[in-house]
Amino acid sequence: MALDASAPWEDPEAKPVIHFQNVTKRFGDFTAIDDLTIDIYEKEFFALLGPSGCGKTTLMRMLAGFETPTEGTILLQGENIAPVPPNKRAVNMMFQSYALFPHLSIWENIAFGLKRDGMSKHDINERVDEMLRLTRLEQFARRKPHQISGGQRQRVALARSLAKHPKLLLLDEPLGALDKKLRQETQFELMDIQEKTDTTFVIVTHDQEEAMTVASRVAVMDHGKIIQVATPDAIYETPNSTYVADFIGDVNLIEGKAAGQDGDKLKITWAEGQPDIIGTPTTEFSNGQTVHFAIRPEKVSITAEKPEKANCLQGKILDIAYLGNISTYHVELAGGKVIKAQTANNRRLSRRSFTWEDDVWLSFTDTAGVLLER
Amino acid sequence: MKRFSWFNATSLTLGFAFLYMPMVILVIYSFNSSKLVTVWAGFSTKWYGELLQNDAFLDAAWVTIKVAVTSSTFATVLGTMAAIVLVRAGRFYGRTLFSGMIYAPLVMPEVITGLSLLLLFIGIGLDRGVLTIVLAHTTFSMCYVSVVVSSRLVSFDQSLEEAALDLGCSPFQAFRLVTLPIIAPAVISGWLLAFTLSLDDLVIAAFTAGPSATTLPMKIWSSVRLGVSPEINALSTIMIAIVATGVIAASLISKRSAVRQRAEEQAAERVEA
Repeated sequence: MALDASAPWEDPEAKPVIHFQNVTKRFGDFTAIDDLTIDIYEKEFFALLGPSGCGKTTLMRMLAGFETPTEGTILLQGENIAPVPPNKRAVNMMFQSYALFPHLSIWENIAFGLKRDGMSKHDINERVDEMLRLTRLEQFARRKPHQISGGQRQRVALARSLAKHPKLLLLDEPLGALDKKLRQETQFELMDIQEKTDTTFVIVTHDQEEAMTVASRVAVMDHGKIIQVATPDAIYETPNSTYVADFIGDVNLIEGKAAGQDGDKLKITWAEGQPDIIGTPTTEFSNGQTVHFAIRPEKVSITAEKPEKANCLQGKILDIAYLGNISTYHVELAGGKVIKAQTANNRRLSRRSFTWEDDVWLSFTDTAGVLLER
Repeated sequence: MKRFSWFNATSLTLGFAFLYMPMVILVIYSFNSSKLVTVWAGFSTKWYGELLQNDAFLDAAWVTIKVAVTSSTFATVLGTMAAIVLVRAGRFYGRTLFSGMIYAPLVMPEVITGLSLLLLFIGIGLDRGVLTIVLAHTTFSMCYVSVVVSSRLVSFDQSLEEAALDLGCSPFQAFRLVTLPIIAPAVISGWLLAFTLSLDDLVIAAFTAGPSATTLPMKIWSSVRLGVSPEINALSTIMIAIVATGVIAASLISKRSAVRQRAEEQAAERVEA
């Protein structure tokens, strides 16, 4: 996404399309959404990411109007939408099951919402044809939903929900039912369609790769709370907690104690007999405070000789996961801690430098990792 | 494939003989030219012709059809509404009591249903006739409709209705344009069930009918008490034919559409674009 060209969340003047103010939703004793405040801006592709049961679907259903908040307000373009029923909202939703009407043809499915608006026949025809072209479904217009494939059904569901020009399109796990290859293709198609239609998209997913690919901003949720909202690169490079670091991608987590600041560097004591880790904190740590040091496997180098770097740790290769383009080495340090290091396989496998049981050096710079309080 | 053993073949024959022998005999004797029911005197269709001349039977048939069509229609509307409430409304105060009360008439002895309705009609001073039979049949057949429809609604994907609301339907429009067309086969078979139940009910009709209205089963019952006539056999054969045709047609239609749908789904997956 055009991250640099437009980042309305950084502009204090920008008005959000959606504004959640201290929204809480309870089902009996269960709190699905817990005092949540968030802004979503125009033309954003906003991803709600989290494990199942984290409240992301409830959040979306409140936007669609199928649930009402127990406390707090939701504003759509400055207007409180709590009293507006789903059929009167300028919000459309693409359902996880697609929810295509089985008794209607593809054409009638797409036209369904337009007919409810009392549009003229001519305008409906034009709009449906436009949506069919956008989703490349022209030749299937007369078929029934059960006569087309899963990928085509997904596109019908998208076309139907976009037909009414919603201010906001909600996508509930839109690609969950597709196989991996089709899913990746469809992700790019979704981004393309979002740009073409200039609609604000809010997508719910539990697939972090999908969220990272399509979204302009990602909100990581857990237990009804938003843990972090940021652009995909910021979420990946500067997670604000071990939860986010662990949820997005692969990470090595080392727990230690702050042992003295030296300029902008912090020493972390973490295990008996191991050298201190030197990192660059972004927040204040007092001496003796617990620090979680998080470092991505691809930022850890693996070499035979001890290199000249701020942090060097010696260990033995325990396991090698060969993934084709990359290899992940599991290296056991003295004391039993296992660290993952990743290298790109830019040479042929036969010329690989290391194998099982080799003694190796792991190294990383003093800016490669993130220091987290929790 | 396992061979058909003698034991299997014998049990099958005995079972079917037990089920269908009486009906087969009735059908055969309806083509008997003799006036005496138990003596075979050659093939003839004259009793069918005489049946068409018998005004008492024709009147009763007309009453029966009127009652069956109206009562099954009312029962379908009420039963469908009850099914929707039971399946959709989730937990509300008194839900278990409500669902228990809907299904109770299924196991209630017909004599008791008939008697209590009779007492009610006398109590409120309603003259017994076609109207009272319709009301009574609606009462006892709506629970069958609600069983059939609610079993369909349980497997109904509720996001279809949500999608309809999301696309601008009022709740009633969503029901009319999406839910009803999809559950229509269940509603229709509920109607057919109510229709056949009303068609062959004797006990409840006997309690709630007045001198002005006699249904066909009541007419058959009262004439048989004066002796079985070949005309009755002919009439019963016609009723068997109507019911059998309806049942076979309904099952063929539903089976064929299921087979076609599966074939089309498989074809669609094969040409995955």
